[in-house]
Amino acid sequence: MTEMNAVVAAAQETTGPIETDAVIIGAGPCGLFAVFELGLLDIKAHVVDILDRPGGQCAELYPEKPIYDVPALPIVTGQELTERLMEQIKPFAPVFHFSERIDSLRKEGDGRFRLVTDAGTEFIAKVVVVAAGGGSFTPKRPPLNGIEDYEGKSVFYSVRKIESMRGKDIVIVGGGDSALDWTLNLAPVAKSLTLIHRRDEFRAAPHSVEKMRKMVEETTVRLMIGQVTALEGANGQLTGVDVKTSSGTERIACSAMLPFFGLTMKLGPVADWGLNLHENLIVVDTERFETNEHGIFAIGDINSYPGKLKLILSGFHEAALMAQAAHKIVYPDKKLLFQYTTSSSSLQKKLGVK
Amino acid sequence: MTKITFIQPDGESQTVEAENGLTVMEAAKLNDIPGIEAECGGACACATCHVYVDEGWRDKVGKASDMEEDMLDFAFDVREGSRLSCQIKVSDALDGLVVRVPAKQF
Repeated sequence: MTEMNAVVAAAQETTGPIETDAVIIGAGPCGLFAVFELGLLDIKAHVVDILDRPGGQCAELYPEKPIYDVPALPIVTGQELTERLMEQIKPFAPVFHFSERIDSLRKEGDGRFRLVTDAGTEFIAKVVVVAAGGGSFTPKRPPLNGIEDYEGKSVFYSVRKIESMRGKDIVIVGGGDSALDWTLNLAPVAKSLTLIHRRDEFRAAPHSVEKMRKMVEETTVRLMIGQVTALEGANGQLTGVDVKTSSGTERIACSAMLPFFGLTMKLGPVADWGLNLHENLIVVDTERFETNEHGIFAIGDINSYPGKLKLILSGFHEAALMAQAAHKIVYPDKKLLFQYTTSSSSLQKKLGVK
Repeated sequence: MTKITFIQPDGESQTVEAENGLTVMEAAKLNDIPGIEAECGGACACATCHVYVDEGWRDKVGKASDMEEDMLDFAFDVREGSRLSCQIKVSDALDGLVVRVPAKQF
């Protein structure tokens, strides 16, 4: 599904940079709560996430798993926590940019930051909040020898243009929705299409599986039960793959392979922004949760400081303190009066409850 | 305490003592067994704690649940005896358990 949204995102036209107070990188629980804390201080935010929906790890890794250590919620699932946070931040009308990843971040002459996503969306922001958790979710690379050489040339983890696959002998590996969706979408343009899965059972939506089985019956798609063990080709061009099946190893000729083995978290472009890192985490102070770059903050699982605990509740605290510091940058001339949501009529007005 | 032996792809083996009620993945992490990554921390959500249960132990350890089978789709070189070690609970019945660590996690 993520791949499908990427197609949509790529088709969207972008018109000049979006100017905003804050760009939050990551729509996990900490990124979402940062919208709230910044919002209370009149700081408007755009939120960018590589996934196609909010929630981060809560949505991708454990939507159904109960969480027991969020204060005042004795039990809450990742999905429910995400929904509640989305409800809580609604008054601040954050703008979400899903299925996009911030690729570059640099400081402008006026002290603001210019950020560009992999889809070409540009932002100019006064502050940046990195709330990227374990990093960006990226497709898992099958540990096959030499696969790196083929990536982007004949091994693809997503397809932006279906036409680019026309006339190819395609191998798709996997049994989930991505593998099945692309099997159904690419079969009509492919010269041949082989779907390889380790077992004759599929996690994908039953109607997709049904359609796939029909295509197998009509011999538009070949289904192989087995696992890819080796790649064959030269100069980035795949010519075949070895598939281990219950009856031995078979070589399949192909010119493109699409492996779908789920997502893993990689720090990604964050590593290239000149921020001080410690064991792949962003070093921050514990007063402002600011990085070595003034105006760039890091909260949640992605930061590092003495005593750091990777807990959602710690990330919420970090968001609150970060917002106080961000206020000084966004509104340098405004004195910030500390207020409670229980008694402040101005905060209540912002929350839309007054 | 229950003894569990982890055998690496190069044949090197390490036997650890694990408290009942922990998972085999947790026993591995507590003892710094190489090759068990457990990226998701035991949520059955990543398939990076994949092990091969030794042949003689498969009946006692039992089969993977449907959810675990789904997650094993994300593991590399799945074989007979493949399990996610975060889904195997340590108990007296598993005293002496032998599992093999795959050559590669994803």
